[in-house]
Amino acid sequence: MTARLVKTLSSAVLAALAVGCSGYYEIPIETPIRPKLDVSAFQRVLVAGFISGGSEDVDGNLETTRLLRSQLRTKSDMRVIDSDVLPLMEVANTNRPGGGTAADESKAPSVIKEDEDLEPYEHLFADTEYWKRIGEEYQQPLIVTGTVMFAPQARSGIVQRDQEVYDSFGRRRVVPVRTYMERKGFVLKPRFVFIDGRTGAVLHSENFREEVLYNANQTSPALSSYFELMDRLLPSFLSTLSSQTIKGSRVLLQ
Amino acid sequence: MRLASTIVVLLSFLVAIPLAADARDEAKKQIEFGISVAQRGLWREAIYRWERAAQIDPTYAAAHNNLAIAYEHEGELDKARAAYEKAIELEPKNSFIKQNYELFKEINDRTTRQDTQ
Repeated sequence: MTARLVKTLSSAVLAALAVGCSGYYEIPIETPIRPKLDVSAFQRVLVAGFISGGSEDVDGNLETTRLLRSQLRTKSDMRVIDSDVLPLMEVANTNRPGGGTAADESKAPSVIKEDEDLEPYEHLFADTEYWKRIGEEYQQPLIVTGTVMFAPQARSGIVQRDQEVYDSFGRRRVVPVRTYMERKGFVLKPRFVFIDGRTGAVLHSENFREEVLYNANQTSPALSSYFELMDRLLPSFLSTLSSQTIKGSRVLLQ
Repeated sequence: MRLASTIVVLLSFLVAIPLAADARDEAKKQIEFGISVAQRGLWREAIYRWERAAQIDPTYAAAHNNLAIAYEHEGELDKARAAYEKAIELEPKNSFIKQNYELFKEINDRTTRQDTQ
């Protein structure tokens, strides 16, 4: 017992000495990230809704609106307005520039499958009169809107992965193995547009792209992949509106 | 004549070595003090100490590495990047500096990777 205690203590002392002598110290740090957008003029934020498409399994408009509202409620100082999600596709079709014609309407697909299908709706974000009206209705908040493309994708090619191998002595080794694999997954491409509810003008907009791929024989529900991908870009979205602190550790040198 | 100039060169070399060693010793004291205050959360004081160390011995990679970490902690990301790059320039094979810089870049990229209009 005593011998084990002495051994433990001496190894702890040796480890401490080793760290001290080699001259490095791990230290926790918190990096503050300033917001990209000055939102001090707004007390309220309205996540209005999104023009979305891609997968039929996930309603990108509803899910993105819900998720952003709940994130902003806990991680921003602004009051989040609870309201019905705006039917932006209908609004875009009604408020065509120049009044809109039957030919214009035929250009805007009712189901959005590709990135190009979003283009006929883009004019909506520049419609200052519409957004000003929405701003007046909700007491001039910051308005968050945009487009969300969430689509399945498949890709095949050479992939490197680690494989366990045992030699004749039974020793385990991990070696990289290159294999041809068919993979499938999803790609998420949101564009967030921030609009000043007082003037209806676009203040800022951001594009993101995230993708996830699984082995072809692995099944992953579309909704869980959507949340996985949104999780990756939420810190960036939130850092637009409020300051964030990122915790980590670094090594100080002597 | 040649012997005399050789002696002058040798002497100046011999004088320069202790001077450089003195500068490194002095810088090291500042570094150590900076580490002790940073560990107590006094990052502004640590920055002052490490800036002094980098002034005294501009070739001391640890001074620039530690400064970069402190700037990161204070949210001064442009200064942090410059200090990391200087540290890596001085000691390109130092794995600690490279690891710190990679972690820094990850944070920096996370906040700036989207296309902003």
